[in-house]
Amino acid sequence: MRQGLTWFNIASLLLGFLFLYLPIALLIIYSFNESRLVTVWAGFSTKWYAEMLQNQGLLNAGWVTLKVAFTSSCFATVLGTMAGLIMSRFGSFHGRTLFSGMIYAPLVMPEVITGLSLLLMFVAVALDRGFVTVTLAHITFSMCYVAVVVQSRLAGFDRSIEEAAMDLGCPPGRTFFQITLPIIAPAVVAGWLLSFTLSLDDLVIASFTTGPGATTLPMKIYSQVRLGVTPEINAVCTILVGLVATGVLTASLITRRQEMRREAEERQAIANS
Amino acid sequence: MSSSPPPAAPATAPQAAVESPEVARQGTQKLLKYLVIAVPYLWLLAFFLAPFLIVLKISLVEVRVAMPPYSELITFVEDGWIAFHGSLENYLWLWDDPLYINSYLSSLKIAATSTVLTLLVGYPIAYGMARAPRRWRFALLMLVILPFWTSFLIRVYAWIGILKKEGLLNLALTHLGLISEPLTILNTDIAVYIGIVYSYLPFMVLPLYANLEKMDLSLLEAAADLGCRPIKAFWVVTVPLSMTGIVAGCFLVFIPAVGEFVIPDLLGGSETLMIGKTLWTEFFNNRDWPVSSAVAVILLLVLIIPIVLFQRQQQRSAEAEA
Repeated sequence: MRQGLTWFNIASLLLGFLFLYLPIALLIIYSFNESRLVTVWAGFSTKWYAEMLQNQGLLNAGWVTLKVAFTSSCFATVLGTMAGLIMSRFGSFHGRTLFSGMIYAPLVMPEVITGLSLLLMFVAVALDRGFVTVTLAHITFSMCYVAVVVQSRLAGFDRSIEEAAMDLGCPPGRTFFQITLPIIAPAVVAGWLLSFTLSLDDLVIASFTTGPGATTLPMKIYSQVRLGVTPEINAVCTILVGLVATGVLTASLITRRQEMRREAEERQAIANS
Repeated sequence: MSSSPPPAAPATAPQAAVESPEVARQGTQKLLKYLVIAVPYLWLLAFFLAPFLIVLKISLVEVRVAMPPYSELITFVEDGWIAFHGSLENYLWLWDDPLYINSYLSSLKIAATSTVLTLLVGYPIAYGMARAPRRWRFALLMLVILPFWTSFLIRVYAWIGILKKEGLLNLALTHLGLISEPLTILNTDIAVYIGIVYSYLPFMVLPLYANLEKMDLSLLEAAADLGCRPIKAFWVVTVPLSMTGIVAGCFLVFIPAVGEFVIPDLLGGSETLMIGKTLWTEFFNNRDWPVSSAVAVILLLVLIIPIVLFQRQQQRSAEAEA
């Protein structure tokens, strides 16, 4: 049996990644195009970025989106971490099946259903639509993603460390903050980032649940995209892609470094004992 | 919590005195546990389950020109009686108008076809990643995950510039001399397929990779030793072993794709029927909240079987991991 990559493997990886990255690369390249025509290259220019910065509507939408994303991801991380902990550490309790159903279902629920149902509820309880309602909606679907990420991290590490702490008389609350939380920290950070980008990205649920004065950036982009491709939108998209890519890459490199250090320390500890 | 019963007899007193703080602490811990459960539980009940019940309720009432734009389901009449005004009229309306049935069927068809296409594109990528040298795998994984974090809307938008008549694909193909007339791809079902495959590819590749990476390669060696050719070994060993990954990936693509709105709206044409788009139009353009609710209820019923199957599978694999 031959180990390693065959030509078929290499070709499928190359073509696969070309397919994944070429559209985004083209979008970024054409945001620096001098010409308004998207497919005609007329030289390098940053004028669309300057134009974008003049567009007050776009900037307001960007600010609203950042506020919604920050608030909702913080709440979603706390709620989602609790939910992940419940699913992997709390054993059975009444209504556990319903609980896990409510955690997994939003992950695959069509956005139009989530958006419509939340909106109808906000109307039914006479909550004014705007910043608060979008944020509540985003917390709800993001916390499920956080729960799944945290749960899989908890499933992957040795429960005996927590048990040892509790056997030595450490109360569960303190065990969580001193033992469990530091270990699952990378998953919690990843969950926060995921919530942040999910919120930054959401068009459908925001369109249903928002109200006057709380137009988000995706909604603004969507309404302009329907009129056609413009270099200005390419510029906005490039900045968003750049921000997200930098954030995700930094976070994953930091967690990977921590992970490797932890593994090295564990090996060291085993070697010393 | 702190009120423990007084010792019944002097003989048991020392023991009870030792036990009571322990019992009290266990009581506090139990309370804490239920408190931790209660917060996310109540949140999901209020913001996930309750909204569905409201959709169900509104699907039974009539549209009305007012705010909120629907009639009451239950009204209180005198003497403590309540009157029930629900009807299945909205559902009959969905049944009578072929637009809705066609939208459901066409959504299922488009989602199923794109799921198969995504599997065909995703499997070789996941397979290549799982066979790559260990030191590359982190980077390859990052390369798959990164587009998943990038805005969905932006990725769909990027394809408009490529697929349109005077777009980059037609430009490239004309330059290469492969075509003389520009192809019409944007605003057709083909563009929708491309959009779904592209947007949902990471959802397919990640579970497949997680599964293929864990595979025991000695099984393939055993197959080869017994005279099995590599291609046959792939079909009789690798594919059956990666079935959980295939199933998870297909669910993760199929279920959200059925209700997809952004892709058919931006890449599809006016004749591309998808139920997410129909619901959107019904709600935002026709402002018929009861009919949109009925559309949502039926869509949920259509998806409930795959969603339940998906949850079961997730729970099973989570338990297997633990």
